Amino acid sequence: MKARVHVMLKTGVLDPQGEAVRHALSALGFDGVQGVRQGKVIELNLATTDKAAAEVEVKEMCENLLANTVIESYQIELS
Amino acid sequence: MRAAVIQFPGSNCDRDMAVALQAAGADVSMVWHKNTDLPDGLDFVAIPGGFSFGDYLRVGAIAAHSPICQSVVAFANHGGYVFGVCNGFQVLTETGLLPGALLRNAGLKYICKHVELNVETTQSAYTSAYKIGQTITIPIAHHDGNYNLDDKDAQALFDQGRVAFTYADNPNGSVRSIAGVLSENRRVLGMMPHPERLADPAQGGTDGQPFFAGLMDQIAKV
Repeated sequence: MKARVHVMLKTGVLDPQGEAVRHALSALGFDGVQGVRQGKVIELNLATTDKAAAEVEVKEMCENLLANTVIESYQIELS
Repeated sequence: MRAAVIQFPGSNCDRDMAVALQAAGADVSMVWHKNTDLPDGLDFVAIPGGFSFGDYLRVGAIAAHSPICQSVVAFANHGGYVFGVCNGFQVLTETGLLPGALLRNAGLKYICKHVELNVETTQSAYTSAYKIGQTITIPIAHHDGNYNLDDKDAQALFDQGRVAFTYADNPNGSVRSIAGVLSENRRVLGMMPHPERLADPAQGGTDGQPFFAGLMDQIAKV
């Protein structure tokens, strides 16, 4: 089973990298971009085939290591 | 004072830290991150600057989960003195020993220069040899020093006297110009600037020297 974890800075936490990307897009002539937030995607290849168990385990991974919940939020996709 | 300096792959200020501690009179052991135990009879642990584990995932995140860090957390929870500088500060926030998190500098650039710091409290072993309101010059060298904490919690840190240092001229976007933060028991300190890099006349200045001298004096009294 595969898990895909999306980690993003929480709303309200300034994202200087996203801002830099927005400026760069604007310099390329993409004027309609009102905001950019940059995050990361982490793909996990899991041994288990039990979706419920995978969800519990990946959530624990996120809380312990993959995301810093002081500043980041995460979403888990299983397939 | 018996001190330990933790070494991770990618630490690069570990020897500077050891030299500054030895110059102040400490007996220093270097401890590799894969060790599970700290040396016996330890008074003080320093987590040095650098780029532990290549800053992979998040700055300090992998180091914070290394075997030795579990012992460092236990040591701090039993009232031990723990000091994290630069990457060490990032590690301490990742372990949860200190509040907040360190993000990319607001200006996105790596900054390496001397900055002026205001001493905000003398009520800690680390700042006991300075005076409140004193301005000291200490080098910074970081890409991720933008201290992030919500306004209410930042105010609480000031109210509790847990802000050790602020920047005179905020270089990295840190909330309320906070440069160094103490734990509730005032024995854990994290800061981005490097006092160990200006603690000997040969380094071009000695404003970091009272930091280590004060620490030695205070720990000797415990």
